[in-house]
Amino acid sequence: MNKLSLFGLLGLVVRRDLLLAMRRRADVLTTLIFFVMVVSLFPLGVGPEPEMLRKMSSGVLWVAALLASMLSLPRMFSADYLDGTLEQMMLAPQSLTMLVLGKIAAHWMLSGLPLVLIAPVLGLQFDMSPQALWMLVLVLLLGTPVLSMIGAIGAALTLGLRGGGVLVSLLVLPLCIPVLIFGTGAVEAVNSGMSVVSNLSFLGAFLLFALVFSPFVAAQALRISME
Amino acid sequence: MAINWFKYSAPTTFYGLAGKLIPFFAWPAAVLFVVGLYIGFFVAPTDAVQSEAYRIMFIHVPASILSMFIYLIMAGYAALGLIFKTRLSAMMAQALAPTGALFAFISLWTGALWGKPMWGAWWVWDARLTSELILLFLYLGFIALQASIDDPRRADRAGALLAIVGSVNVPIIYFSVKWWNTLHQGSTIKFTGTSMHIAMQHAMLAVLAACWLYAIAVSLARVRSIILEREANTQWVNALEEVRQ
Repeated sequence: MNKLSLFGLLGLVVRRDLLLAMRRRADVLTTLIFFVMVVSLFPLGVGPEPEMLRKMSSGVLWVAALLASMLSLPRMFSADYLDGTLEQMMLAPQSLTMLVLGKIAAHWMLSGLPLVLIAPVLGLQFDMSPQALWMLVLVLLLGTPVLSMIGAIGAALTLGLRGGGVLVSLLVLPLCIPVLIFGTGAVEAVNSGMSVVSNLSFLGAFLLFALVFSPFVAAQALRISME
Repeated sequence: MAINWFKYSAPTTFYGLAGKLIPFFAWPAAVLFVVGLYIGFFVAPTDAVQSEAYRIMFIHVPASILSMFIYLIMAGYAALGLIFKTRLSAMMAQALAPTGALFAFISLWTGALWGKPMWGAWWVWDARLTSELILLFLYLGFIALQASIDDPRRADRAGALLAIVGSVNVPIIYFSVKWWNTLHQGSTIKFTGTSMHIAMQHAMLAVLAACWLYAIAVSLARVRSIILEREANTQWVNALEEVRQ
């Protein structure tokens, strides 16, 4: 067997995971429906005043996105773990870090990207201004990959444990707080006419930082969980 | 004669050493608690601005300091265990976690008691309160992860990785929360002279030292239990007098 190039491997893993997900579309849809439902519950809970809804819109959308991405985390590795594929993948003479990065990318395309695309529609329900909507899409684009990357570490650590689903949220949610703060901060800044540069720079920095370190750490976590 | 630096890195030898060391930390801790709290509550003068309510600071400040330091020490032990594969380091990390969580909880609790008369609210979403709360969450995540893994080797290594990831995140979380909102009063103990009365300083330092000693004593006691539990099937444990009884 000839050794794949790193990006060849990445493409292969992403393609495989996307194909598997397309065979079982329900999994992708449940995350999306959960997101829409949680966001829709807030106006019912706090009342329909447009003024208040506009004020809390970015926070509600971000927290809902955070919860929705937690919901899909246990699936990142568990199916491959249960049928033994993951073990074979780890035995293969390929970079485990790159493989994990591929799985993270596929996970984001299946659980993060749909949220980003549907968020403007939900934002309209909260009476957000067009500028705020564009900013929301941008910060979600920058922030949701970070959630998938940090989440991968938690998912790898809790692989095959009792109550792994709740546990992974307990581990990952506190670590995601900076993303939440700067993500909502950027939308707030647009609303109050302030500069968004600092918020966007921080989100970009988190994205790069996580991109460099999290696949490696998640790969180590997988090694710990699989031995 | 060469000193064997690694002698006490084996659970077998450390068990006995820890047992001998505990009284040397526990008794001074008890004495310093009494002395520090006596000075804090009866000797230190009433504060001009905050009247009597400030006295809870003598517990609040040391608990907050320790809750943060213990996380770093725990992450340090966890890293040692992960790198050198020493079992005892991982056990120490596990033994420190509940004490750290306890101090984080005490810090939040006393902070709320102080906030009610000062700010008029039990809880405000201020930067330090919020990051202390997140620190408590990190401790609870660490404890929950270790508790749900049955294989102790995997529990040690998974917990270690989580502690290291957490310690990288702690400053990021702290500064994000700080920029997000700040209305907590600034730090009074500064490196360039302090603005505190001398008796207040004495009380604060005594309680701080007491908390340190308490944390060491209780972690040593806990690590002894962990050693016994993990080594329950070994000969040396079964040969111990306290086990045979």
